[in-house]
Amino acid sequence: MASRLSISRLIVSRLRKLSPRRGIEYCFTLIGFMIIALIVSMALLAPFIAPYDPIKKVGELLESPNTRFIMGTDGIGRDIFSRIIYGSRIVMCVTLLSMTLSFLIGVSFGLLSGYVGGKLDSIFSLLMDSMYAFPGLILAIAIAFMLGPGILTTSISLTVVYIPTYFRMVRGHVLSVKESLFIEAARAVGAKGKTIVFKYIFPNVIPSLPIVLSLNAADAVLTLAALTFLGLGIPAPTPEWGADLRTGHFYLASKIWWPSTFPGLMIVLLTLGFSLFGEGLNEILSPRLREGV
Amino acid sequence: MVSLRVYIARRILLSIPMIFILLGVVFLVMRVAGDPVSAILGGHAPREQIERIKEQLGLNKPLIFQFFDYLWQLLHGDLGRSLIWGQRPVLDEILEHFPATLELSICSFIISIFIGIFTGVYSARRYNKPVDHSIGLYGIVTYALFIPWIGLILQLIFAVYLGWLPTSLRIDTLMEPQTITGLYVLDSILTLNTPSLVSSVRHLILPSITLGIYLSGIFTRLTRTHMLEVLEGDFIRAARARGLPERTVIYKHALKNAFIPILTMMGLQFAMLLAGAILTETTFSWPGMGTFLAERILYRDFTTVQGTIVFFAFLIVIVSLVIDIIYVYIDPRIRY
Repeated sequence: MASRLSISRLIVSRLRKLSPRRGIEYCFTLIGFMIIALIVSMALLAPFIAPYDPIKKVGELLESPNTRFIMGTDGIGRDIFSRIIYGSRIVMCVTLLSMTLSFLIGVSFGLLSGYVGGKLDSIFSLLMDSMYAFPGLILAIAIAFMLGPGILTTSISLTVVYIPTYFRMVRGHVLSVKESLFIEAARAVGAKGKTIVFKYIFPNVIPSLPIVLSLNAADAVLTLAALTFLGLGIPAPTPEWGADLRTGHFYLASKIWWPSTFPGLMIVLLTLGFSLFGEGLNEILSPRLREGV
Repeated sequence: MVSLRVYIARRILLSIPMIFILLGVVFLVMRVAGDPVSAILGGHAPREQIERIKEQLGLNKPLIFQFFDYLWQLLHGDLGRSLIWGQRPVLDEILEHFPATLELSICSFIISIFIGIFTGVYSARRYNKPVDHSIGLYGIVTYALFIPWIGLILQLIFAVYLGWLPTSLRIDTLMEPQTITGLYVLDSILTLNTPSLVSSVRHLILPSITLGIYLSGIFTRLTRTHMLEVLEGDFIRAARARGLPERTVIYKHALKNAFIPILTMMGLQFAMLLAGAILTETTFSWPGMGTFLAERILYRDFTTVQGTIVFFAFLIVIVSLVIDIIYVYIDPRIRY
């Protein structure tokens, strides 16, 4: 009984702390999370939801949205709704893959470079800073052009773009923590370099990771869509939103809006989901980071 | 205290290593990330054709020699020759398309600054009110907007359905003004050519609004943050105490001080502007660098793609240099 009372008291005190501004931030985060969850479940359940095969001709060419095809058909008679559902798989796959890779590479190089310091650090920092100065899209275009089309190659080109972000963030953290007293204490009791880096330094970085990951994912969705919109990346029959927007765009002048509008809307929706989630978390978790990203 | 001239000289010298590193990154990506020959020929090609391409581009030499060749050519302002059609020098083609990109960038930058500063100031004055929240949401939403999609919606409404504005290109056919700067709007004004002016402005409206909206979000957020900071200052309270009208306090005293950090961010936004311009141009078939690059990617024109990216790298270094120098002039407190 006593414990239940204290829990309810705790909840009440937590709720009181929610200022109106905070309330809106929670709202943003929740909406963002719902959008992401919706699209992720769309990707996972694609074969069960999609009414038609996304790469087969199932209707007349360019049928406007009707009861059979709720988003109409494209220039070769494929169902746009099914293509959108399957397209979410590609976006999720590429985003997840490139985020994981760039996270692993960026974080480990950042830890290494910051902890070891010296010449290694200067070389890494110089390289990463110059990559960071380059517009992400242009770098991705160059790499995707060189690697050729494919899901893996496209993910690699996005990975390279986001490595510097993680590297710089982690390195900065390491440098600020490295000289603090608890690290010195750990060293004094004989902790090895590896232990110090993973047990004492890395946990300091973790709180800001969900924010950065989420905001980067938003950016990655846009960059992927931009690459495929320019005709790079994912090869033709595969359903992909950016590429579908590109092919649909040709019909715009004849007032045929459905092949391009719906895929574009999905890109915007998913990006919005990731940015709302990230921005909301940013305000909730670390108000001092407000200007950081 | 170092004099301004020394600072500028030092800043110019500092940008030389930056150029080299960026060029090195481009070189690495274009040679090591993938095989140039397969990028040009697309995988399956007869052996002698592969050899011929290698010979033509000097790809049969060791990598380090290739790098020096590449730098040597760049020092002579030579970006190589295009691999398709007339095999024209890449630099000539780039310079032909550059004014279009410049015109679009300038216009959309102006639009984005206007939107950004007004919404930002308004939001800061109504701190924590519903207007502030909705402007905050606007900042997030514009960032999430996919440029081709904004362009598409604008094209659909204003060009296809209402028929007010054209969907693509820079100017109606045979209306081009006499070339002076390459910026059609400016050229038409200089040559007093009214029909060209009308035509080029009509073509410019939709693309620059598209790019302007996309860029405005970040300025909104920045202006809001810095205005909130500045409005806390004692000198603002002093200005109000002297009975100055609110408009003067906000726009003359507060905004002027908030403007310095905003200006630095403008320089950083240049990368975003370039990337945005590529997408906007492709959406509106605007004959600038972006459309040019996208078209040459489809033709697998390796030297042109490489040359265009090198050109972008140069632009980035130069713009950051110029912004830094302007920054010192505006804020005399900064002297290194």
